[in-house]
Formats: sequence, C-alpha cells, structure tokens
Amino acid sequence: MRRLVEGSEALAEAAIAAGCRFFAGYPMTPFTELLESFAAKLPAAGGACINAESELEAIGMAWGAAATGARAATGSTGQGLALMQESLPELVRAELPLVVFNLARGQGDYFQATRGGGHGDYRLIVLAPIDVAEAVALTQEAFHLADRWRNPVLVLGDYLLAHTAEAVEVRALDFGPLPAKSWAADGSGGGRGRPRHVSSLGTTPGAKGIDPERAWRALQAKHEHIAAEEARCEAEGVADAELLVVAFGSLARFARHAARELRAEGARVGFFRPITLWPFPSQALATAAAGVRRVAVLEQNAGQMIDDVRLALLGSVPVVGIGGISTDPSGFGIGSLLDPDTVRGRIGGALR
Amino acid sequence: MSEVGAVRTGTFWPRLQLSPDHDLCPGCGEPLVLRLILELIEELGLAERAIGVVGIGCYTALAPLIDLDLIQALHGRAPSLATGAKRMRPDALLFTLQGDGDMVNEGLQEVIHTAARGERVTCILLNNGVFGETGGHMTATTVLGQRTKNTLEGRDAARHGHPIRLCELIAPLGGAAYVARGSVHDAAAVSKTRRLLRRAFESQLAGEGFSLVEVLTMCPTGWFVPTKEGPGYLDEVLGAVHGVGELKRDGKLAGA
Repeated sequence: MRRLVEGSEALAEAAIAAGCRFFAGYPMTPFTELLESFAAKLPAAGGACINAESELEAIGMAWGAAATGARAATGSTGQGLALMQESLPELVRAELPLVVFNLARGQGDYFQATRGGGHGDYRLIVLAPIDVAEAVALTQEAFHLADRWRNPVLVLGDYLLAHTAEAVEVRALDFGPLPAKSWAADGSGGGRGRPRHVSSLGTTPGAKGIDPERAWRALQAKHEHIAAEEARCEAEGVADAELLVVAFGSLARFARHAARELRAEGARVGFFRPITLWPFPSQALATAAAGVRRVAVLEQNAGQMIDDVRLALLGSVPVVGIGGISTDPSGFGIGSLLDPDTVRGRIGGALR
Repeated sequence: MSEVGAVRTGTFWPRLQLSPDHDLCPGCGEPLVLRLILELIEELGLAERAIGVVGIGCYTALAPLIDLDLIQALHGRAPSLATGAKRMRPDALLFTLQGDGDMVNEGLQEVIHTAARGERVTCILLNNGVFGETGGHMTATTVLGQRTKNTLEGRDAARHGHPIRLCELIAPLGGAAYVARGSVHDAAAVSKTRRLLRRAFESQLAGEGFSLVEVLTMCPTGWFVPTKEGPGYLDEVLGAVHGVGELKRDGKLAGA
C-alpha cells in the first residue's frame, strides 16, 4: 500500500527491507533525517544504528559490520563524504559490499561521487535516483549490486530527495539469487588452516608478503566488467530530437517535465538521464545523440557531468551547459534553478 | 612433532599461527605478543568464535600468519571496525592489534570513543614508542629524552611536547571495564602480560564493557639502542614512564 513518506524515512525503510542491519552516521544537513530514521527503525528490525563520533568512524564501523557478512550502510552529506574518501578505496580493494548515501547539498558532488578523492585506482557504482519512488527501488538494488560485485555502491541524492514527501510503497524487492558470502570474516573460520581475511592489502593467509599488482589488476578487470554490464539510463523523445537535454537526480525531474511540455508544444526536444553516474551510460548517450543538433547539459554545479557527456560524444555534437551554481543562502542547494519555468527557459534558450 | 598445550614443542609456535616464518626483526617484541594472543584464544576454545582487526604497522606483516578470521583496518581505525563487527557478531571475541602510532597518534579518537561507548571489544596496543615501520620516528608515546629519527637529540618537551600515557587516559572512562599495561622485556613480564590479556578477554566475554591491554615492546631497529640492550632499555626507560600493572579491573579503578 502506498503511503505519504518523506524521502529520508523511505530510504531507511527501503534499506531495512533489503536486509540492511547496520548503520552508522554523524548528523549533517540534509542527511540528518536519514540517520534519525535508521536510529528509530533499525533496532526493531534486529539491527544496530550507531551515532558515530565522526564520519571517519561511521564508515569504519560500517566496514567492520560488512566484513562479517551483514548488509551494512553509512552516509552523510558531501562534506562528510569527504572524510570517508580515506576508507572508500580500501573498501573497494577489500572487495566489500557497502551502501553509502550522499544526501548532498545540490549537485556539486558529482566529481566526488564518480572520481572520488581517495587514493589509487578504484571505482564506486553510483546510483542517482530522480525521485523518492525510484530511490526506494534503487536503494534496495544498491544492496544487491554491492553484494553481486563485492563493491561499495553510492546512492547520490540531495535535499529535495531527502525532504520531499511522496506516496510510495516500500516492500522487499527480489533481484535474484546471490552467492553465499564464503569470504565473510564472521568469526567461525579459525583453527582449520583456512581463515577468512578481509584485507585490502593483497595478502594471502599463510603466505608472507603482499601481491598488490595481482590484486589491483584483478580489480581493474572487475571494474571493466561492471562498466560493461551495469550502465543504466532513461531516455524519451530522442528518435527525432533536435536538442537533447541531459540531466541527473532531482534536477532531471524538472528537465523531464520541461522537455515534455516543450514537446507537447511541438518542439523537438529529447530527454536523457543517466541513472548510473558510474558506470556512465556513454554508449546509450552516443546513440541517443546521434541525430541531434545540440546537446544541453543541465546540472546544478559549475559543470561536472558535462565532462562525461563530452567524453561519450567525442566531439560529434556540440555540447553546452545550461545549468550552473544555484543555492540558498545556507548553501543547502535549494536554489532558483530548481524551478520548472526557469528550467524550461534554459532549455528553450538552447533550442534557438 | 609433539604438542604440549597450545604450542608445538621444538619449534615453539602456536597452533593458531599458520607458519613460524615471519618478516619482523630479531629482537622485536611484537611476535611475542601475537603468540600470547593466539595461545590464549586456543586455550579459551575461541578459534571458531573470534575476529581480529589489525591496524597498520610492522605487526601487519604478522596478520597473514594468523589462523583466525581477520579484518585489515586502515591506520588508526581498527576500534571502529571492531565496533561494527561486534555489533553484528556479539558472540565473537573481538580484538584489535595496533601500534602506538596507529592507536595513540592517528587513531586516538577511535579508541577513546570506543572505550566511552563501552563497546565489548579488546584493544591491544603494542607500544614501542616509535613508528617502527617507517624506521623509528617519534610517536605520541615516545618518552622524553628518547632518541628517534626525527628527535635525534632526544624528545624534548619544549619542542616536541609530552608523551601520552594511553591507559591513564582511557581508564577513567565509564565504558572502560578493564585497562592494564604489561611489558615483554623478560620472561616474568611476558608471563604477567599473558594474565592481563586473559583477564581482558574474560572481561569482554562476560559483557563487562571495553577492555584495553597496552604492551610495552622492544624495537631493535627503530631505537638507537643495540638489540641485546633493548629489553633493559624498555624496562628502565619506557617502563619507568608508562608503568606496568592493572589500572582498572571489574570496572573499578585501581586503588578506588
């Protein structure tokens, strides 16, 4: 049954429905209410939610929980995610499934999400839901993808996603079978010569030394596999489009609405939305943009996703940015760009 | 090979150690502490109910030899990982293995908050007063006068500040149930340290709260001290400042 739920609460309910039993976080706007929701709901589900002393420890706690085989998550706002950059590449190299939420202030964390600030070669799968209903499904799928690929998955949202109440139904979704977590250090593996060591260092139990090159090459191969299989997008009105509008997350909702309005009035506007920011749906975008005169990138930042759009199109079509920095005085990202008429005006301008 | 108790006689290495061959320096105290931990876990019958969390330092090279489920942490973060693991596996014995650079420099916040929360984990600090792995540099526990690679004339309070005595910092916290400091400078000290570690594990298993055992160890290559003089230097110089004994037991401060 659908009920009116605020995004933060729906995300926590979706995670718990997916089997998440551990969460740790540190309050920060607009992420705070997600922490509140986990704190309120996890104990009743037999899980634990810890108020960590910082984001460094929040992700450390979630790392420890995930290493034992439990489904675990953490999260913050971009500023807190900055502290978590230390751990994220290590989680990738330890091949640990973990779901991380960034309820960001606007869309300025695109680079942080897709490039990251951690060390070495690593990739996070990044999901960017457009609304609460999609976030409920993608949050659950995030746990499945994290387990399937043994890689952290980042769910990137913003103030609107966290604080908009929408009518949604949260029920457990089935994404198919997964292999048993035979790698998990649950404590039962000692004394028989075959312990489970969850390590990012490239060590092998019983052997001296490390072999990082072998481990890092194996990771590269896995990430190439993920890139080939998991890119997702939404596209509409692209077959005869003159102008293709590309947007992600909450702002894409405004762009899709404006594109539909303009198309209803006869303008040949197409809409393209990456659902996975990594892997970026480059192939699908190149196909969608094949016949257009111009590609307009709408994002609420100084121009970040536009790099991925240009890489996907390799100069075959002119690409312009029609978004920009837009925020409220608190810096929470509730700017004047988040307005249907403004967005329609920007798209209309790119049509001329 | 015959076996007596938890150790194999002749080669003298614990059953829960996958190989006697390790990369640490001759004269280092850290493998001694590992031996004590592994013997105790065997003795307590916890091999299939234990999770270790290892920090970053020389002892990290010992981790692959441990026949227990393990999680490798980043420098300083082991108590946080142990927290998450313990919450998901409350029946398992959770212990961390960290050096003084790891626990008292980079990870001081983690160990303090883990103790304050009364997390039922045992943190084990291997304290040799230097960053051994980088070649012997000053840590937060380096004692005044101690020579290190970046305090060549000896640690000077005016220039380098004062050492942190971690057990004294942790013991007053409400969540800390057992806090003790031992040493491995001679056989009697090793045997006493074994008892401290056992009490810490028993305290955790009894659900009393957080436990910390700090063990003072020799660093034969990181110190400006000949290897054979290491144990004496440990006892007389580091031991004199940090002090050994139980600071808190059954949740009560010593002397309280």
